Parts: sequence; structure tokens; C-alpha cells
Amino acid sequence: MTAIWQGFLKAIELIVSLNHEVLEITVRTLAISISSTVIAGLICLPLGSLIHFNNFRGKRTVINLIQTFYSVPTVAVGLIVFLLFSRSGPLGFFELLFTPQVMVIGQVILISPIMLGLVIAALKGVDRAAYETAIATGASEFQATTTVIREARYSIYSAMIMGFGRAISEVGLALMVGGNIRGYTRVMTTAISLETSKGDIVLSIALGIILISIALIINFSLSRLQQRY
Amino acid sequence: MKRKILKLFSTIIAVMVLLSLLIGCKPATPTTSVPQYPVHSPETRFKIATTTSLYDTGLWYYLEPMFEKYADVEMDIIYAGTGIALEYGKRGDVDAVVVHDPVAETQFIADGYGINQRYFAYNFFLIAGPPADPAGIKGLTATEAFKKIYEAGMSNPDTVKFISRGDNSGTHSKEKLIWSKAGYNYADIEKSGKWYVEAGQGMGPTLMQANQQQAYVLADISTFLAYSRNNNLTIVSLVEQDPIFLNVYDAIAVNPDTVKVQHLDIANKFINWLISPEIQNVIGTYGKAEYGRSLFFPLSDGSCNIEGCPSPDKYSTQVP
Repeated sequence: MTAIWQGFLKAIELIVSLNHEVLEITVRTLAISISSTVIAGLICLPLGSLIHFNNFRGKRTVINLIQTFYSVPTVAVGLIVFLLFSRSGPLGFFELLFTPQVMVIGQVILISPIMLGLVIAALKGVDRAAYETAIATGASEFQATTTVIREARYSIYSAMIMGFGRAISEVGLALMVGGNIRGYTRVMTTAISLETSKGDIVLSIALGIILISIALIINFSLSRLQQRY
Repeated sequence: MKRKILKLFSTIIAVMVLLSLLIGCKPATPTTSVPQYPVHSPETRFKIATTTSLYDTGLWYYLEPMFEKYADVEMDIIYAGTGIALEYGKRGDVDAVVVHDPVAETQFIADGYGINQRYFAYNFFLIAGPPADPAGIKGLTATEAFKKIYEAGMSNPDTVKFISRGDNSGTHSKEKLIWSKAGYNYADIEKSGKWYVEAGQGMGPTLMQANQQQAYVLADISTFLAYSRNNNLTIVSLVEQDPIFLNVYDAIAVNPDTVKVQHLDIANKFINWLISPEIQNVIGTYGKAEYGRSLFFPLSDGSCNIEGCPSPDKYSTQVP
């Protein structure tokens, strides 16, 4: 247990001294995870609405499939993305392997099922009456759709946060496609993994504490923003 | 309402853009002990895959900024066992590999994936274990020690354990070689009992595990010294003197004729830089101050003259 206390002290020391490497890793972690969350959100919100508001054959199967992929292991996604973007793979000409960009792509793939599934669940939670009332009072289909999205905004917001959580906390994908390159693709989670395997437990705990604090701050500020309206 | 959602999204995107710009920022604080690690924005990126035992000693942290300055490139070092390092080479995901597995390397080059192989450093392996030495291997030869560990492990799997790298690394290959020289079939060893533990990790983490379980382990001397000092290992070196423990590191450029790589010129520059007198000197003195002995021996001075040492043309002639 003393390791945790020491880790806590080390975390404060690293923050206060603005340790350059920790700062750099933190900024990179946030940039990658926030980018993937935003991109995945921009894809999954319209896609989720499309799936929810349209009845088509196999809709149940699609939703089941999406929910199955909630629990896809991050290393499995990492392996597939690695094979895709490896120089000898089909997308190798992009030369994206071992770059932060491919980490964003991989994380988008990773968190899309969760975001998609939760957006659909959120929309489903809105009473059908909201949509029908909107249509009855002269709204176009698009306007009625956005009305329902507005009604479900808190749950959709939760879906985004969930996606962000999964993105910022995953290790397997970041390691496999990023390579944990110091100064280029090392993020908080891969740094914690490396430092732990090297035996520097105190530093790992410190990094973990910093990571959770960052996530806390982000959550706090976003929920304040959301409460404004 | 829609405008507010848009506003939220644009704030997030703005923050994100700001953060990604920040990544390109250069540092301001100099440090004295460790060579400062600048963070560049992407330029020409030269990627190498390196064996974990070189990485865990911190040698790369030391050499990397020097090479980046010399060649004006951004060097990316990917930490991997020899097995996956060579795989990265075959796939063209790295431009050069720095490994220490003679058998796998020969195959790599024979298959046409690697060229311009040059050896640049050597050290030795050792067998470390608990100070109490339950299998009684202190001072024996490598093969005798392995025999005793096997016998003791089979009869007392709870007190006598051996932690193997288990990851197709250069160290793992050396271990397999010693088992076969001692007269065992490696496939049998793997299944023989719970005394034989496959860590599946790099050298540093494997040492930590051996320390935790007070087990025997084959390690290169550099990683062992570095970890002994920094992590207060209680396992000690028990068997050191044996020609089979020779461990030679080399760098191989990935062949652009067989694999889609583009930086052969930088790879050649890198290899020549490693065997240059100045860097050979740096390698030879690395760790002396902290550990009392250097962690690696340079090859250029011709000091390596036991069986298994490479011939002079493999460590002193520059790559054209």
C-alpha cells in the first residue's frame, strides 16, 4: 500500500515540476483519444440515427452484432489494424504504421461499436410520441429526427463519454499499432505498461493517478458545459 | 438547441486542434544527467526494431539523440523481441533490425530480407539464480548447470524453477542452444513440468519475474547489471565463464529489393555509424561510471577472439 502513497507523491512531483516527458505523453494521450472520440461520434451519431429510425430486414441482427463487438479485445483490433497498415499489408502504402494517426484510426474502429450501440439505445429510450408529435406539428423527417436526438442528449452524451473512456484506457491497440515509440507514439497507458514491466512501480502508479485525474477534469468540465443548457 | 450542440462540438474540436498543435512544441528545460529528449514534428522517420536486452539497459536512450543529430533524421525505436523484430523487418515496417540471434539472422539474410549485416558489440550471458542455489550450479559450465537445474526442477518443482524468455528472442535461442548441447530435446523441456516457466516477456521483465520467484534465469550481463542496481534484485550471477555465453549484437538493414522500404541510405549510415571508432568508444564505456564495468564490449578493437566471434570484415568494413 505504501507504493500507492509513494505513487501519489510522485504524481504531485511530476505535475508540479511540469516534467517534460510526462507532459508530452499526457498531451499526446488526450489528443489521440479526443480525436478518436470526436471522429467516432461524428460517424456514429448519424449512423445510429439511421439504423434506429429505419426499419429494415436484419435490423435486429445488426444491433446484435454491434453489441457483440462491445467486448472485442483491444489486442485483436490492434492485430487486425496492424495487418492492414503494415507495409506489406493492403493499406501499407499510406505508411501509417507506428504513427499517432493510425492509433486514432484504430481507436475509432475500437470504440465505434460501443458508441453506435449506446446511441441506438439512447434513441430507443425516447418515447415514440416525441417523433410523432414533431411530424404532426409540421416538422420534416430530418427535424423530427433532431428533436428526438435532442431529447436523448443526456444518454448520447453518456455514449460519447463511454467511448472516450474506452479509447483513453486501452493498451493493446496502442502498443500493437503505435509501437510505444518514445517521443512519438508513447501514450499514458503504454508508458504505464512499460514502466511496470521495467519494475518502476511508483512511476506507473503516478502516471495512473495523473491519467485518472485528467479524465476526471474532462468529465467535470464537460458536464458543467452540458448543464448550461 | 442545435446551435448549442454545435458549439459544444466546435469547442471540443478546437481544444483537440490546440492540443495536437502542442505536441509539436519543443521543450525548454535542459537536464544534466540524461541527454535531453527533444520531441520533433515528423520529418524523415527512420525506424529500427531492437532487441529488448539492448533497450532495457538504456543504451538506446543514450545513442538515439546522437544519431538523430548526426544524420538529421527522426529515429523511431521499436522495442520487441528478436522474433517480432525480424518479422517487422520482413514486412517492411522498420528500416533496420538490431538483434542477437545468429540462427534467425542467418535465415533472415538467406531469405533475402536483410543485407549489410555488421556486428557492433558483444557481451556475455550468465545464469543467475537464488543465492541459496538449491540446484547447486555455482561455478559449473553452462551445460552442466542446465542439467542440474533440470534434474532439481523435476524433483522439486516448487523450490527449483527456471524462467525462460519464451518469446523467440535472441536470448531464448541461446537458451535453446544450451539445452540441446546439454543433450535435451527442447520440446520435451517445455512440457516437462511446472518448474519451467515461460515468461513471454522482454529481458528486464523476465528478470523481475525470476527475482520474484527466486528462480534461475539466463540473462545477458548488461541487462542483469542494470536491473540488479536499479531494482535491487536478490538473485545473483552463478555461472559466467563459458564460451557458449558469447552474445554478439549486430545491425542488419532491410533489403529494399525484397521488401518495400525506402531508407536504405539512412540504414547504411546508421550501420556505419555504429561501427565507427567514435561510437565504438561510446558503446565500450557505457555504464562504466554507474556499474563499475562497461555493459558492452566494442568489437572494433579486436578483443573478441573466442569461438563464435565474427570475422573482422563483419565488424570493421564500412558498408558501401
